Amino acid sequence: MGMTMTQKILAAHAGKESVTAGELIEARLDLVLGNDITTPVAIREMGRFNDQSVFDKDRIALVMDHFTPNKDIKSAENCKCVREFAAAHEISNYFDVGKMGIEHALLPEQGLTVAGDCIIGADSHTCTYGALGAFSTGVGSTDMAAGMATGKAWFKVPSAIKFNLRGKPKKWVSGKDVILHIIGMIGVDGALYQSMEFAGEGVKELSMDDRFTIANMAIEAGGKNGIFPVDEKTVEYLKEHGKRPYTAYEADEDAEYTAVYDIDLSELEPTVAFPHLPENTKKMSEITEHINIDQSVIGSCTNGRISDLRAAAQVMRGKKVADNVRCIVIPGTQAIYLQAIEEGLVADFIKAGAIVTAPTCGPCLGGHTGVLAAGEKAISTTNRNFVGRMGHVDSEVYLASPAVAAASAIAGYITAPN
Amino acid sequence: MNVKGTVFKFGDNVDTDVIIPARHLNIMDRTELATHCMEDIDKTFVSRVKKGDIMVAGRNFGCGSSREHAPQVIKDSGISCVIAKTFARIFYRNAINIGLPIIECPEAAEAIEDGHEVSVDFDSGRITDETTGTSYEGQAFPEFMQKIIKAEGLVNYINS
Repeated sequence: MGMTMTQKILAAHAGKESVTAGELIEARLDLVLGNDITTPVAIREMGRFNDQSVFDKDRIALVMDHFTPNKDIKSAENCKCVREFAAAHEISNYFDVGKMGIEHALLPEQGLTVAGDCIIGADSHTCTYGALGAFSTGVGSTDMAAGMATGKAWFKVPSAIKFNLRGKPKKWVSGKDVILHIIGMIGVDGALYQSMEFAGEGVKELSMDDRFTIANMAIEAGGKNGIFPVDEKTVEYLKEHGKRPYTAYEADEDAEYTAVYDIDLSELEPTVAFPHLPENTKKMSEITEHINIDQSVIGSCTNGRISDLRAAAQVMRGKKVADNVRCIVIPGTQAIYLQAIEEGLVADFIKAGAIVTAPTCGPCLGGHTGVLAAGEKAISTTNRNFVGRMGHVDSEVYLASPAVAAASAIAGYITAPN
Repeated sequence: MNVKGTVFKFGDNVDTDVIIPARHLNIMDRTELATHCMEDIDKTFVSRVKKGDIMVAGRNFGCGSSREHAPQVIKDSGISCVIAKTFARIFYRNAINIGLPIIECPEAAEAIEDGHEVSVDFDSGRITDETTGTSYEGQAFPEFMQKIIKAEGLVNYINS
């Protein structure tokens, strides 16, 4: 029986000819990631190991992105703990304020994630790197600690769902709309414990930024990972960024899938996920009610990349953010921020009445820089709209693409660009 | 190993943001962190939960963030076992890795009601609703995971 793309990567990293769904394996890791929230707990757990050395100082990435620039004393203490750990173990990929970006925008840009890798990260959106053709999945702090110490992790080999993409998305339809459509279709546990493997001729119509957005939200369907085939666009991206050799794996033709979905990208519309689950999706044409918003957030590990900012700026250029709306734009990394300045996008946002902040996860998880009060509504390009996610338990988050978040900021209510 | 306690029942898709809201994630003291367990879904939970009590929930329990703080606060609040129809995969891993017993059993998760007395035998996977006298067969863990749970977590397992 053939293997899926994910199974081939796992087999290679477990030193096996083949693996089958359900099998428990121990796999070699190419990269172990943590942030300022999960790493302090991992460091505490690591302190309990008999051997407290790290497996490879160049294969660990620590990114201070969630509550930074330090929002309060406790957050400052946590970052200090990680900074001291990184120094003591000579971790080469430690990213603090000034160098840091939002982890899942930063690591591919830094070339630390490449096709064929097996990666764990103590952050649920670690599945983002599947866009590059890597197996990459989120874990907790103890797994991170074990990964840092041993360079290995245990996995149950996942079965897979295949998404056959065809056609070309219409104007203002982005990767975010594709993944919101899929989550709406299969539900927040539709891919539970499984891989989401994207395939078909429609893949070539998606930019790398679109693919990062789609893979990023695989976890929002319960997926273990999301993964894209390696094509010309991937190779071009890896040539520009990659710091290590890569391996392109392909699914076998006779690989087994628990389900196959055919999706015509040309039929998709701008899509919005209503509170309080990412599966509560509506196409823009299905939204008949007038939903006034208090805040629009454009950024995050899902949608803080340069093409996201370009789309938002294109919508907002020469216009004004509506009265009573706070529009917060968060470039994903320092490099994206600088590029947005050089391309004039930051000027577009500021002239429109938005603010542009340093890279941070900030408001996405109700941390800082845009927390909501009771009764407030936000449209956001982030990834979760759970109860209390962006602040008060009685606030509401609507998930959408950068173009829709920008158009809504201008209109004052949820709408798509003309 | 056996546990017995009073049930706190929850619904489907209980996410990690309601189990332990992100605004508390910079608290490193586990006792203090546990005082916020389930805060955004049931403010009375921490004042009512007793050591040994059992959580019963629907589909996709623990979905969302990878924060290990979620199973940790549940364990530290005194909960001895979580029974659910299904668990989100990162929560599932994290629970095993920190030694919080969890069992998938859709029938038990559907039938058992809030406030019932329930006992769980981990060796056999048998769940008994002592209030109604009904028993259910939960899914036993693979041997590898049982070893981690018996070692009370991954760190002890690796050390041993």
